[in-house]
Amino acid sequence: MNDTILWYTTRGAGAVSLVLLSAVVVLGVLSSVRFEAPSWPRFLTTGLHRNLALTAVVFLALHIVTAVVDPFTHLGWVAAVVPFSSYYRTFWLGLGVIAIELLIAITVTSLVRDLIGHSVWRVIHWLSYASWPIAVVHGFGTGTDTWAAWMLAIDVICIGAVVVAVGARLMLRSPDPLAADRAKFRERVSRKVVK
Amino acid sequence: MTLLSLFAGPPSSAGAENFRDHTTRLGHRPRGDRALIDTLDKSGLVGRGGASFPVGVKWRSVQSRSRGSAVVIANGAEGEPLSRKDRTLMALRPHLVIDGALLAADAVGASRTLLYVGEAHGGAATAIARALAERPPAERARLNLLGAPPSYVAGEETAAVNFVNSGVAAPVAIPPRPFERGVDGRPTLVQNVESLAHAALIARFGDAWFQSLGRHHAAGTILLTVSGAVAKPGVIEVASGCSVDEVLALAGGVSGKTRAVLLGGYFGGWIRAEQAGSMALDPNGLRAAGGSLGCGVVSVLDETADPLDVSARIMQHLANESAAQCGPCFFGLRSLSAATTRIAARQADHGDLPQLHRWTAMVKGRGACRHPDGAVAFLQSALTVFEPEFTAAAGARGRRAS
Amino acid sequence: MAQTELWIDRTKCDGSRLCAELFPERIALDDWGYPIIAPGPIPGPLMAHAQKAVDSCPVLALALRRVERRPPPPPGTKAS
Repeated sequence: MNDTILWYTTRGAGAVSLVLLSAVVVLGVLSSVRFEAPSWPRFLTTGLHRNLALTAVVFLALHIVTAVVDPFTHLGWVAAVVPFSSYYRTFWLGLGVIAIELLIAITVTSLVRDLIGHSVWRVIHWLSYASWPIAVVHGFGTGTDTWAAWMLAIDVICIGAVVVAVGARLMLRSPDPLAADRAKFRERVSRKVVK
Repeated sequence: MTLLSLFAGPPSSAGAENFRDHTTRLGHRPRGDRALIDTLDKSGLVGRGGASFPVGVKWRSVQSRSRGSAVVIANGAEGEPLSRKDRTLMALRPHLVIDGALLAADAVGASRTLLYVGEAHGGAATAIARALAERPPAERARLNLLGAPPSYVAGEETAAVNFVNSGVAAPVAIPPRPFERGVDGRPTLVQNVESLAHAALIARFGDAWFQSLGRHHAAGTILLTVSGAVAKPGVIEVASGCSVDEVLALAGGVSGKTRAVLLGGYFGGWIRAEQAGSMALDPNGLRAAGGSLGCGVVSVLDETADPLDVSARIMQHLANESAAQCGPCFFGLRSLSAATTRIAARQADHGDLPQLHRWTAMVKGRGACRHPDGAVAFLQSALTVFEPEFTAAAGARGRRAS
Repeated sequence: MAQTELWIDRTKCDGSRLCAELFPERIALDDWGYPIIAPGPIPGPLMAHAQKAVDSCPVLALALRRVERRPPPPPGTKAS
């Protein structure tokens, strides 16, 4: 296989993954604030969130496999699994490994959510707020195209969208109308002294 | 004539009956076993916590699933504001309650017995604690006293189980029900303290004796809390099947003219004075007729009180006591309570009364526990019994109900 | 063939309304945004939609359960 094709595929799949994962984060935020519009029902948000996430996983697999088998980088499979174990761009690549491993945890727990229950699923899903920024920094650090105009534009749009979405999420109240009263009641009927 | 079985023995002024007097008067408690469950079936004893469910059937449902590690919870939480019978029983006859709890534990094969007493009922908790200290060490080791939080739903059976499991007395969705999986996942019997006290006497004197205490086809005695426009409000013990008129006479008679009677407490329903008088207070009979004695509250409304105002305040209390876990209960009861309050204040919007009917249908059956159902049933009884008053008040602002 | 019906844990439901969007044949919404589930077993042709509704619930409040042939409880009892 032509080395250059592998190399371009790694970079291209990486860029596509960034766009997809940024959209996934934005859709996740929209889902948790219960965004809805006349022509945009709630299941569209949650459905897209899930489907784009799974698509991103496919592109990430492509990104990683082409990077590992590329003779130029001499990466080897270990480097793709153990963070900071590669000679090639050790630190930045290591971040990528961390990001993908967090994403695997998030994906697997989402697929078996029925078995593990809502609370466990939710805690692990919060790791997405760590996984996405680590992936972005990984892209900046290892990215061959980082300073190309088109890549910068993609970065600005993706980061901007996520920052706006997360900012809105932090400012809005919980959309569950019972949250405050439920907590008040539970406080009232909780055992005060541990026997 | 009042007939005493639970309150036989020293008068209430003597306070809690101690262990020595209790065993002198009644003998030590018998052994509980599966034969006791058959006896309870024949006695006709039904639960006194509000549901009037046959006690023998309930014990058997736990016993058949128990492998020696079942759990018994004696439910003395008594969150119903109009009821005082459980705390009075525990304060005066704690050893009957403890006997009943231990008999149940023996009969169903329980390895753990818990006494769940409302923490706000100081007298009852003190009496039970003192009584526990008087018991033989082998019995003391089996029993634990827990303080139930002062909320309406704390006495709901899944809330009691949840409190033991997690420290939070909030109801839990079913299935599984406590008799299937309760405390620590084990079959759990949650039984009202009065029911257990009756069982403690039935174990000694038999089912025929219990049957003979009631009127006509009714069995045993019942504890009632009489309140409202009566001369001597308080807790009394009467023969099951006696009439409301007799009960009101025992409570010193009604001051003024009776307008309606609230039977069963906030979870019960209104009955018009004309129908109430001769009504037989027999939990089995009422249940078969689709009604309920509930937790034995008999509260009298006379001509001086405003039934709408009383109903609105009860609805407000029930709405405030929602566990806020289920949307239809929390928001439904809040909407119902607000509309009822507006009508009672003669400030109703013209849609309020039709909305009451609409929302009661919308809320019923859509909570995890029966709290919203009880509130809805209460309101429906008010809407039926006080229909003329509601209609007049709803139109009082000058707007016509459409 | 075993019949299945929808069961909801009302204490978990937080009114996200996804189930009503995906299974309007059997799930409507009340005045406060919480699901009203039509009782009874779900016919074969609708099972796929019922499953989608169950999968869509973000708090796992919905489930499909086998219908139990139980006699109705006597009136006035706390049985559901």
